[in-house]
Formats: sequence, C-alpha cells, structure tokens
Amino acid sequence: MSNWDRFTNTFLNTKVMLKYLPDILSGVVVTIELALLIVVMGIAAGLALALLRSLAIRPLNWLIIGIVDLFRSLPPLVVIVLIYFGLPSIDLSPSGFVSTWLSLALVLMAFSEEIFWAGITSVAKGQWEAARSTGLSFGQTLMHVVLPQAFRLTIPPLTNRTIAITKGTALGTVVAVTEILGQASSAMSNSYNPSPLMLGAAAYIVLFFPVVVAARWVETRFAWKR
Amino acid sequence: MIQTFFNPEIIAASWPIVRAGLLNTVLLSLLVVPLGLLGGLILALLASVKHPIVRWPLMAWVDFFRAFPPLVLLILLFAGLPFAGLELGGFVCVAIAFFLNTGAYYGEILRAGIDSVAAGQVEAARSTGLSRLQAMVYVVLPQAVRNVLPDLLSNTLEVVKLTSLGSVVAVPELLYQARQAQSLTYNPTPIVVAATIYFLMLWPVVRLLSRLENRALAAR
Repeated sequence: MSNWDRFTNTFLNTKVMLKYLPDILSGVVVTIELALLIVVMGIAAGLALALLRSLAIRPLNWLIIGIVDLFRSLPPLVVIVLIYFGLPSIDLSPSGFVSTWLSLALVLMAFSEEIFWAGITSVAKGQWEAARSTGLSFGQTLMHVVLPQAFRLTIPPLTNRTIAITKGTALGTVVAVTEILGQASSAMSNSYNPSPLMLGAAAYIVLFFPVVVAARWVETRFAWKR
Repeated sequence: MIQTFFNPEIIAASWPIVRAGLLNTVLLSLLVVPLGLLGGLILALLASVKHPIVRWPLMAWVDFFRAFPPLVLLILLFAGLPFAGLELGGFVCVAIAFFLNTGAYYGEILRAGIDSVAAGQVEAARSTGLSRLQAMVYVVLPQAVRNVLPDLLSNTLEVVKLTSLGSVVAVPELLYQARQAQSLTYNPTPIVVAATIYFLMLWPVVRLLSRLENRALAAR
C-alpha cells in the first residue's frame, strides 16, 4: 500500500464516512437550529437593551452596562460550563442544548448591545432635535430617523461578531450537545478512525464559508465611503 | 445559595488548584498572543504584495479560518493527528491552532491598518532612499498599528478568552483546573471562582475598549 493510500484509508475512508454520514447530518441540523436560536435571541435581546439604554435612566443604564461588561469579559465556554454544571445545584437542570443556547445568546446579546448602542450614539444629536422639533415622538424619531442611520454603521461589526459567536456552537460538544463536532467525535471513537472528524470539519466549512463570504460582501456594500 | 456557589471552605480548599490554573492561563496567553500576532504579521505583509496570485489564496486562507470553529481545529490536531503517527500533546496543539486561527484574525486587522496608511507615505519613504522593507518596518507599520490599536486590543481580549478551550484538550489552565476542583468537591464554587477571576482580569480591558470605541465615534 502506498503512502497516499494509507493516508486516504485513515483520514478519508469512504466506507467509514458513509456509515456515519447520517449522524453527521443530524449534527448539522442541530448546529443550524442552535445557531438560529442564538442569533435570533441574542440580537433581539441586544437591540432591546440598547433601546432601553437610550431612555437614559441612570440606574437602569448602570445595570445594562454591568451585564454587558460581564458577558464581554467571560469566555463563552466558562459561561456554558457555569450554567450546565452550576445550575443543577439549585435544582435547575438545563440540558446541554439549552445551556449552550442560553450562554451564547447572552454573549451575543452583550456584544450586539454594545454595537447597537455605538450605532445609536453615532447619529448626531442635531438629528434627534430636528426630528423632535418637527413633531415626531421619541419612538417615531428612534424608528424612522435614528435606527435606519444606526443600522448602516452596525452591520459590518454585527455580522462579524455573529459569525464568531455562532461558530461557538461547537463548544456545545463539551456539555454533550449532539451537534456536528459532538457527533463527529463520538463517531471517531466508535470507528477508531478520524474520517468522521474530517467529514464534520467539511460540514463546518460548507455551513460557514458562504456566510463569511457573504459577510465580506456586506462589509464592502455597507461601508461608509470615506 | 452562598453555601452552594460561594462556599468559603471550598474556596479555601480549592484555591491552590485554581491558582495553578490562573498561572497557566497567564503563561498560555503570553505564548499564544505573540504567536497569533506573528501569524497575522506574516499574512498582512503577504497581503501588501498586491498581486492576484498572492491575493486570492490569501483571502481564501483568512476566510477559511474565519469560518472554521477554533475548537474543531484544536480537536482535529489533538485527536486526528495521532492517527498519522503524530502525537503532539494538548499544549502544542493549542499553540498551533492559535497560530493559525487567531493569526487569520490579526492578519485581517493588520491588513486594514496597512491599507489605512496613505500611499504617499511609502512613496516619500522610498524616495528618501529607504528600501521597501525599511519603508514597511519604519514608516508604514508603526502608523498602521496605531490606526488599528483598538481592534488589535479587542482581538487580544478574544484570544485570552479563547485560551479556555485548552481545557478540552487537558491543558491545565484556569477553566480545566476549576473543573477538576469542581469534580473533587462536588460543588460549583470553583467554577464561580474561575469565572470571577476571568472577569476581574478582563473587565479593565473591556472598559478600556468601550472608552476607545466611544472616542473613535466622537472623532468621526
């Protein structure tokens, strides 16, 4: 057997790959579900916090800044482990899936709040004053004047951060979530062959590479012309 | 609640274990941040050669690592390579994975920094007799780094947080040690302690970053 044959037999073994393909595909489904849930909940919560912060209620803003700083400083894996292994002590036992979802959504919430807030404050004060003086209410000014301008500024950093955090769904494997990496790892130990892991790696590339390329396009499309 | 999450006896008992982890996290960060910066610098310098033959593969390389979860890369090195007869150990795997993964992120940032330096700067430097390399090292890079300092700092924060992945491949850093202590004591206090240490260590950086970002916005 030549070296190349030995290599393909070990790392790209089609028989092993075919056997575990259904497992990996079910992992793909779990990864997509998890990623979508994280993105929806994280960004919605981040936007809600940024809007609350624009009401400028002092004690509330301190609380928001505190929460945001906390989840910006903690490594996502630490948050996951804390929720998964910590909460059972007070008789709450979230599954690995829920722990990962909650943790990464909180992290995304923190980062997106910061990004939305930066976008909102970047809109010049005169815009607020002009809009309010034409008779628009606070809410109307926010919706029709400030947010449309703010979004343009927030899209490139937001897409980057969202990709980085949804990639973190792989961390779920530490708390036994059956996403791609989890499925690939257990298939590897069952078959004593790393081919399923290569298949899992390929699945990540197929899932995330188009998103990264799209993000690059969005970045240039929405960039302010300097 | 306090007995469960902030148990003083358990804090005292597990402190030596957690402390060793903290030390290793600091050492690991001191290793992987320069490694990532080195990887990024190589990529950014390559990118400054504006030739399609260099440009496209480079972009693909960077996008590949932006799309690839660092944990998957780490597992691939740690659990996959032994099948090729190469057993590297958790520590070396973390170093390689970070060199590749965070190098790609640092590379993007440094590239943007180099692009932000006006072309006239290079032309002026070259016309005074500096070589291309000298112009890059003495004229362009210092300005480039200054222009993207907040982004570099922000990425460095992410890199330090990412060292917690080492726990998956049994590198005895802060999270790993805390989990060991947790399973020894049947109590989540050590993990709470580790989280508190991460927070105290990194919170000042987060504050500084918020401030730098606000200042950048105000200057627009």
